[in-house]
Amino acid sequence: MCLAVPHVLVEITGPCTAIGRAGTIEVEIRTDLLEGARPGDRVLVHAGFAIEKLQPEEATEIEALWEEIRALSGTRQNG
Amino acid sequence: MGERTRERVLAAAAALERLADRPLKFMEVCGTHTVSVYRSGLRSLFPEGLSLVSGPGCPVCVTAQEEIDSLIRLSAMEKVIVATYGDMLRVPGSSTSLAEARSSGASVRIVLSAAEALALAMDTPNRIVVFAGVGFETTAPATAAVVLQAARQNVENFLVLNLHKTVPAVLETLASDPELALDGFLLPGHVSTILGLSPYLPIPEKYNLACVVAGFEPDQIMAGITLLALQKRSGVFSVQCAYREAVRPTGNPHARELLETVFEESDSNWRGLGLLPRSGLRFRSAYSAFDARIRLGISDVPAREPAGCRCGDVLAGRISPFGCPLFARACSPETPVGPCMVSSEGSCSAAYRYGRGEPS
Repeated sequence: MCLAVPHVLVEITGPCTAIGRAGTIEVEIRTDLLEGARPGDRVLVHAGFAIEKLQPEEATEIEALWEEIRALSGTRQNG
Repeated sequence: MGERTRERVLAAAAALERLADRPLKFMEVCGTHTVSVYRSGLRSLFPEGLSLVSGPGCPVCVTAQEEIDSLIRLSAMEKVIVATYGDMLRVPGSSTSLAEARSSGASVRIVLSAAEALALAMDTPNRIVVFAGVGFETTAPATAAVVLQAARQNVENFLVLNLHKTVPAVLETLASDPELALDGFLLPGHVSTILGLSPYLPIPEKYNLACVVAGFEPDQIMAGITLLALQKRSGVFSVQCAYREAVRPTGNPHARELLETVFEESDSNWRGLGLLPRSGLRFRSAYSAFDARIRLGISDVPAREPAGCRCGDVLAGRISPFGCPLFARACSPETPVGPCMVSSEGSCSAAYRYGRGEPS
């Protein structure tokens, strides 16, 4: 029910509507819940509505978390 | 599962092996987490001392029997079309389900969004479309946005049976349950996308429980559980976010503003947990013209849950699906007795599809 799927906005079609693409599928998405949707935004879509713009996570930050977990586990990955 | 994910999952499992040197009991509070945990078989990797119980994270499942009955009664009213997300269709009411009502002539349409329900109302001006507004904070802002659109466009034949519920207050109820004796919550990712982190602060501060918002991939879930175990070990409790891609600390204020324009906080009736204060939403008086209960004079009638059904205990974390005597016997996805076996995000449905044969 709270499933949400990332889409890329390919076209803004109205004040509260846009075309979003996930894989090869393009669908109409409501953008009422966002402020300032723009083509190219990666958004999370739930029940036909974009609920948030996705922000690129710092790869180094994620890797730091996993390094901490690996250290705890006593396993270290090569590379 | 890709190679990188597998490596991470196994590293987290090994870390948890070390951290679970005393019993740890966490709860996931999101049906999407529940499904992902079962589907990826993560429980089979947990050390003996660690248990992850499923909570009331499936909106269809926590909808009270009385509310389901009200929706089914609405579908029998003249001129009414009930527009609903598909998961509600087969949930058994006290005497019938929406699916059965539809077979007997009731007008029931499946929609994929609240916007589709409003479009249906605009296309059928001589009918009354009642949208079954079910869902947590992830879903409720969309309902609010559509109500605001209906108000702007003077659509008078669009109503909402508001069944929305909110998450933070129910966590406090679960946190203070001595029988449940939780050590922490794996917090729902997409509810948090809307809410941000601050609504959860009472959980660590008042109840000394660990809280981590996690994403839905198996490695993200394992990272979340590891962070919960680390909080428990350190004795310093906070609300951590391990899903920054989709969850900002302040959530989505614009979505909350729309939500709060149309709805206000109210008490709400949860299956398995009863009437909980500040755990639901009700229409503000300015938007009561869209409230199906008011416009069509419907009120919930006390109802009993199906005989033998333990969905309430499953939702409250008191038993696992495997602890219900009906599970995989009288109750299966083909012949569901309770909502947890109907909804794609229900614990019983996930356990039936993916979890049989794994440790419960």
